[in-house]
Parts: sequence; structure tokens; C-alpha cells
Amino acid sequence: MRLIAENLGGERGGETVFSGIGFALGKGQALVVTGPNGSGKSTLLRVIAGLLPKAEGDVRIEGGGETFPTIAAAVHYLGHLNAMKTALSVTENLRFWRDFNDDGRLGVEEALETVGLGGIGHLPFGYLSTGQRRRAAIAKLLVSHRPIWLLDEPTAGLDKASEGRFAGLMAGHCAEGGIVVAATHLPLGLDGAEELRMGN
Amino acid sequence: MAGRPEGGAQARASHIMLALFLRDIRLSVRAGGGALTGVIFFLAVIATIPFGVGPDLKLLARIGPAILWIGALLACLLGLDRLFQADREDGSLDLLVLGNDRHMLALTVLVKCLAHWAGSVLPLVVAAPLLGLFMNMEPLGIGATALTLLVGTPAITFIGAVGAAVAVALPRGGLLISVLVLPLTIPVLIFGVSASYGAVADPDPFLQPFLILAALTLFLAVLGPVAAALALRHGTD
Repeated sequence: MRLIAENLGGERGGETVFSGIGFALGKGQALVVTGPNGSGKSTLLRVIAGLLPKAEGDVRIEGGGETFPTIAAAVHYLGHLNAMKTALSVTENLRFWRDFNDDGRLGVEEALETVGLGGIGHLPFGYLSTGQRRRAAIAKLLVSHRPIWLLDEPTAGLDKASEGRFAGLMAGHCAEGGIVVAATHLPLGLDGAEELRMGN
Repeated sequence: MAGRPEGGAQARASHIMLALFLRDIRLSVRAGGGALTGVIFFLAVIATIPFGVGPDLKLLARIGPAILWIGALLACLLGLDRLFQADREDGSLDLLVLGNDRHMLALTVLVKCLAHWAGSVLPLVVAAPLLGLFMNMEPLGIGATALTLLVGTPAITFIGAVGAAVAVALPRGGLLISVLVLPLTIPVLIFGVSASYGAVADPDPFLQPFLILAALTLFLAVLGPVAAALALRHGTD
């Protein structure tokens, strides 16, 4: 499976944010998108996911087969919002996304253990701290399978130990043949990742 | 976790949609959900009418079905702005829209509408007979009004979903949605009220307006979610 972008351009409110972006990622490859605030990292991720229309160029997936015919069907999108309901417990939230996204992989408890939140699944999501919320959102990536991860500032609010653990999760995803595209201005600790600098 | 049915795209889709339905029902009954707000508003509207109209029991009985319907209509509109906005604010809406390639977004919207109806509007239908007593309505009239509300209110939710989808990005979209949606709900109101009257006032028919009401609901059950899905699809930013 390959994720290919050619001469991709994006705009927000009629104003061009970036243009001429190109990359080709194969199985197991990671791309780290860096750049100052406002350089269009988040917009790029949303354009790739298909949540924003592309202004020019093309982004597509090749070799996805019948299971993943389009990018939208093949991605986990982790935006800067966590997509969890504060009134529901962590377990209820994760169980919902596991059911809704289908292709279940790790169990909810297992995924929570993996991100270091074992034993707090019964708490309402609203009771968690910022870092814990982010970790619960990361657990959402683990409970159902998608080959491509689009991550927008994935480590925002995480402590050092959690950052390291998350780098391990991304490396594991790549080792299984997944593709990671992460927008960040913090080092993610991903070895062998390509880098795309924006805003120059 | 067990229980995910294997094989059969249909079984999987229904499993997914059931999960969404249950989540939205849970949210509407938990703290901060809108399940009780509508009922209390409905109660407030109906309870004040007799004080305003005065102690003319015959008049109250005559305007009863119309007042119940108007109260229920307004109470329906009350919680509609949160239908998609809550999901948009926490980022869930992006993921629901991304699911479009696996199961139609219109289906997701339909299920959200049904959950909203069951969580926030069904309590109104249940409360209607009790409030009918306030209006000095006879048992047959109360039964007919509750039945027409049961059949007609889903149509209001489906129309409202289109307004909610269009106004999803507006911070104070509630009033705008009501203004957008209210004219479109008038046919539902007219046929609902005329069926309710048809059951008690003898020369008027009950069945014909009731069937048109049912047809409106079925028609809007298709049109509403498709239009709302289209608006959501192009409304992400």
C-alpha cells in the first residue's frame, strides 16, 4: 500500500495555505511534518483525510484493495480534539469507537494498558487530565485497525514517559507495515522518518 | 471484548449503527443531555395556557390538541441545535464523516436522528396525555393527539437535522435553526392537528390526515438524512 501526494495545495477561507507538496510513502514509512504555527500542518492532514477539499494537485492511495479503497476508509485521524464524550466513561468511549470503526484489533482494556491508563476505564472521560485524555485518544488508534495514521500534534500534553511510549507505538505500527503521517513541532522520536518542512 | 458479529456486511452495519444509537441515547440521559429540558419546556408551555385563556373549560378542550401540538413542536426544536454541534465541538464529527466511505453518512445521520427522537422527543409524546388533562380534553382526543404526535414528531426531527447540519459551524445556531426549520414543519403541524380534531369532531375525517402525516414522516426520513449528510460533508473545515 502506498500513500501518494502530488503537487498538493490547500486553502482555508479562499487563501492558499500551502502548495506544491509532494511525497510518496510506502509500507512501514513515516513522515513527520514540521513547521511554525500557521504553516498549514493541520490543513495538510485534513486535506489528506479528505475533510477539506484540495485546492490543487492530488493525493491518493494505491494498493489498498477492496478493504481500503479510499484514503478516508484507510485512515485513523487524530486531530487536536480527542473525539471523546466527557459524559461517558473512558471504556464506553473506546468501545463505541471500536464498534463504529469496525475491524477490531486490541480489546479496550488491553489498549488502555498499552497507553498506561489501565484500571481507570470506569472513570468519566471528563474527569481525566489533559495528558490522560490524549492517551485515551491514542488508545482509540489501537482498538481498531487502520493502515494509515494521520496524527495532528499527537504528543501535545503528554509527559516524557508517555511520549516515549507513543514513539514505540508508532514504530510498532510502521513495523507492521503501517504508514504514519504526523504533524508536530516537537521531536517524536521516530527513527528513519522522512521530514517535510512547511512554511518556507 | 466479544460480540462483534463476523461476516455479512449487513449484520456489521447494523452492529455499528446500534453502537451509535446506544451512545447517543446514553448521552441524552446522562447529565448535560437534553432529555429533560424538552419535557420541562413542554410542561411550562401547556401549564401556563389555562391561566392565560381563563376558566372556560369548553374553549380549553377545543384548543387542546392544537396547543399540545404547538408545545411539542417548539419543545422539539429546543434541543435540535446540539444534534451535530456537540459532536463537532469534541471532534467526533470528523470521524463520523470519515466513516462515510464504509457506511453511508446519511445512514449515520438517520441513526443519530432516531436516537435524538427516542431520547428527547419520545418523552414529550409520553408526557402529552398527562398534559392533555390540563387542557380538559376527553380521553379519545388525548389518545388521538398522542398517537399523531408519535407518528408526526419524527418528521420534525428529520427536518430539523437538515437545519442543524447547515448551522453546525455557527456558535449560536439554535435560533437560526428554529427560524430555518419552523416554516418547513408547518405541514406536519397542520396534518397532525387536523387528524387529532378528526378523531373527536364528527364530520371531520381522522384517517386521511393521519395517513398523510405518516407519509410525511416516511418521506422526510429519507430526504432529511440525505440532505443533512450532504450539508455535513461540505461543512467540515
